[in-house]
Amino acid sequence: MYLSREEEGIYQGERGETLRRMMEILVALGDIYGAERLVPVRSVQIAGVSYKNIGEAGLEWISDLQGRVVVPSILNPAGMDLCRWKEMGIGEEFARRQQETIEAYRRLGVTIDCTCTPYQIYDNLASLGDHLAWSESSAVSYANSVIGARTNREGGPSALAAALVGKTALYGYHLDENRRPTHLVEVEANLRGSDFGALGFLVGRIVKDGIPFFRLQGAPSRDELKALGAAMAASGSVALYYVENVTPEPPGPWQAEEMIRLGRKEIDEVYLKYPGSGADVVALGCPHCSVEELQAIARLLQGQKVKKELWVCTARKIADANPDLVAAIEDSGARVFCDTCMVVSPATEGFAKMMTSSGKALVYLPGLGGVAAGLGSLEECIDVALGRS
Amino acid sequence: MQIKCHKVASGRASGPALVTEDAISFLGNVDSQTGMVVDPAHELFGQCIAGTVLIFPGGKGSTVGSYVIYQLKKRDLAPAAMINLRSEPIVAVGAIISGIPLVDRVPEEILQIKSGTLVEVDADQGLVRISEPID
Repeated sequence: MYLSREEEGIYQGERGETLRRMMEILVALGDIYGAERLVPVRSVQIAGVSYKNIGEAGLEWISDLQGRVVVPSILNPAGMDLCRWKEMGIGEEFARRQQETIEAYRRLGVTIDCTCTPYQIYDNLASLGDHLAWSESSAVSYANSVIGARTNREGGPSALAAALVGKTALYGYHLDENRRPTHLVEVEANLRGSDFGALGFLVGRIVKDGIPFFRLQGAPSRDELKALGAAMAASGSVALYYVENVTPEPPGPWQAEEMIRLGRKEIDEVYLKYPGSGADVVALGCPHCSVEELQAIARLLQGQKVKKELWVCTARKIADANPDLVAAIEDSGARVFCDTCMVVSPATEGFAKMMTSSGKALVYLPGLGGVAAGLGSLEECIDVALGRS
Repeated sequence: MQIKCHKVASGRASGPALVTEDAISFLGNVDSQTGMVVDPAHELFGQCIAGTVLIFPGGKGSTVGSYVIYQLKKRDLAPAAMINLRSEPIVAVGAIISGIPLVDRVPEEILQIKSGTLVEVDADQGLVRISEPID
């Protein structure tokens, strides 16, 4: 792999041991994946934040690092709301370790925004054609597909390496040749809201790490694209998809290897297979709620009280900028948690069954959260929380 | 004898070989508090990887495995060096952040080395030195 003189110097340790090892990570990954060189990144989103996932081993590593990030860098969700963790039933010891993890990142110059939706809180992290080093699978999918930026799905150390060096190895989704559709997916149904999570749940399983090109009826909203990509990244490992006449176009020429046809029947089967009945908690905001989604939730809850736990997860910046919306939702007895989500928090362990509108949460909750999961539309989720069904 | 290899993580170290044909998921297969292989389904079940030159096809499983390697190193329970047929990101990153020499792209015959044979890994020179011939 080609390194510039400056890069070679870092690799040889001229700028200290931390940067040497960070460069070694970038070069090793570049070698593994056949990269010709490094490329500067505009921003980094770092995984390896929830103490539940990284544990003592990860915390030790991050704490030992010396240096400062050189490009805008933010974090994946943590294992708890950094302020209201007690209300989530998080123990003191876990909370202490989680706060230490956050402080370790802060020392490195990372901006403490813990969210899977960086694009909902900042406009200047990613634009069409930018190279990025993002980690969280749904954020990666959104950046590649909806924004048209270019990022692989980075692990914690490789994302941090990119943040400290300001570069990543040029391979995978950074290159046009790896961004051509592999599957054509025709959907013969009018979809809305959580249907996109169900669609992603199905398509991810079929295409695995492929690149689907969707032909849909109607144009999905940004939130619906977010849900579609998140579910495909969870049930498969889709990091890039296209929607005809909606997302930036694929580099040509391309021809799909396979054709998939799905309709209302297949979507409805997902709901039937994973019913929300028997849920003792309802969780919304996977990926983190946008302002529009918070507005919809507030509208549905207006003037009513929840009978079951209802958790709404969003980015702290969104909650802070919309205190009236948060208050309107919490007036119902629901809770708006920031910095975290049901997939990465140990707080799910106290429940038996969680209902959600997210295809991504549907995939991960049983394994990672130790809780059964059901899928429903936003309206159905709210109905369950209100004790109406 | 000497074998050419490709450097993944720099450094030079030697130790008795511990060889397996099974891939290793450091998260789950290895106990970070003892350095023992604790998965009964693994070929190395019951053996300690500390101080060895661990020779295995490659890593698998969760990316948290990288941190487990780091934790082993901090507790002096890590392998002295590692050799893969083909390194993948979990073990590569784990070795680099831990300062454990790691090389790959060696011939498959390396998996025929008897465990206990003294092996030196010189990642910087791209060489593996083996004290006995492979049969």
